[in-house]
Amino acid sequence: MSGHDHGDDGVSRRKVLECMTWAGTGVLWTITGGVPRSLGIIDSAEAATAAAPGMTFLQISDSHVGFDKPANPNALGTLEEAVNKINAMPVKPSFMIHTGDITHLSKASEFDNADRIISQSKLDVHYVPGEHDFLDEEVKFYRERYGRGTKGAGWYSFDAGGVHFVGLVNVVDLKGGGLGNLGAEQLAWLEDDLRGKSKSTPIVLFAHIPLWTVYPEWGWGTEDGGRALEYVKGFGSVTVLNGHIHQVMQKVEGNVTFHTARSTAFPQPAPGTAASPGPMKVEDAKLRSMLGVASINFKQNEQRLAIIDTPLQG
Amino acid sequence: MKTLNRRDFGVAVAAAILIPVTTARADDSNMEVHIDNFVFQPPELKIKVGTTITWTNRDDIPHTVVSAGKFRSKTLDTDDKFTFTFTNAGDYKYFCSLHPHMTGMIKVE
Repeated sequence: MSGHDHGDDGVSRRKVLECMTWAGTGVLWTITGGVPRSLGIIDSAEAATAAAPGMTFLQISDSHVGFDKPANPNALGTLEEAVNKINAMPVKPSFMIHTGDITHLSKASEFDNADRIISQSKLDVHYVPGEHDFLDEEVKFYRERYGRGTKGAGWYSFDAGGVHFVGLVNVVDLKGGGLGNLGAEQLAWLEDDLRGKSKSTPIVLFAHIPLWTVYPEWGWGTEDGGRALEYVKGFGSVTVLNGHIHQVMQKVEGNVTFHTARSTAFPQPAPGTAASPGPMKVEDAKLRSMLGVASINFKQNEQRLAIIDTPLQG
Repeated sequence: MKTLNRRDFGVAVAAAILIPVTTARADDSNMEVHIDNFVFQPPELKIKVGTTITWTNRDDIPHTVVSAGKFRSKTLDTDDKFTFTFTNAGDYKYFCSLHPHMTGMIKVE
């Protein structure tokens, strides 16, 4: 906890109990130093009116539309289940971000199918590409659909609810033996994009491959991700959202919270627990507990974002 | 036309020289690399000039085979193959452009 935090972060016994009472409808969690804790913002009055939180947005990732192997023969179907879950949420999120691998093989039909299902959420969607979205020979399908108004291979920023969002691309121009890559041009743009922003502006960076080094042996990290993180160091609240590794992983470093989302298509093993990061085959009954979406809550005047991961099934 | 003839002649001579070698070790003119569990297997191969290598992706995830400036496969889906014949000696480092931590080496002598 830094001295800049609001004074209401302490988890008193009373607050824990209140949050537990509230658990019937859902608890907002934040992770501090790797330890999950409920947000201090939920006092009894707010719990009663919890249906009116600050801004919420949703993260969805790694849909792999077109994937049809045993780990999940129907990736389009589980994407649709995720969208149905989104449509059933009691509070409609302000918008959605998709952190890449919309498709499996970048085929036009896969992009069409993904669009058809995701658009049923009737939410604005902000995309960044995964490496599976850039497989067509001319690398044009992703850019023609989602790249309008973006720079370079598809990076951009926008503001919503007082938060500055930056979509980054770290899946192009990868070097043999290396990790994900942002490149000098994008880093220069990012530095410029953040210049002049008030240090109290909450920042959300989102990209496909984790910007932090999760497990380099499997390529789970970004070669020059540290440079991007240096540019956001001075900001009071930074949230970094990724996909790519198909499992929830969180870490807090100073004012920076890292979070990776589940896939809606298939799970991948925890680092080093399998021969490769390839699709993990699990029992049919277990699959949906390992797929899902994340919703992120930002309360005006609060420094922290609460991230709620929702599996497709309990 | 003279240049072409000369080149054709060169190829014929090279083929003639190679005949005893390929006869003696027929298996060596075609070799295979498999992609299993995000690994090129074998990761390093020593071959003679003229050898053809076929890569087969046996993963559920697409991969590529890329050697900067030398060869570049299309995206290989499950069980797709890529073939390249090495006509020049040298060390060919290659990698998967989607999963760059996957690397391999072909040494051609």
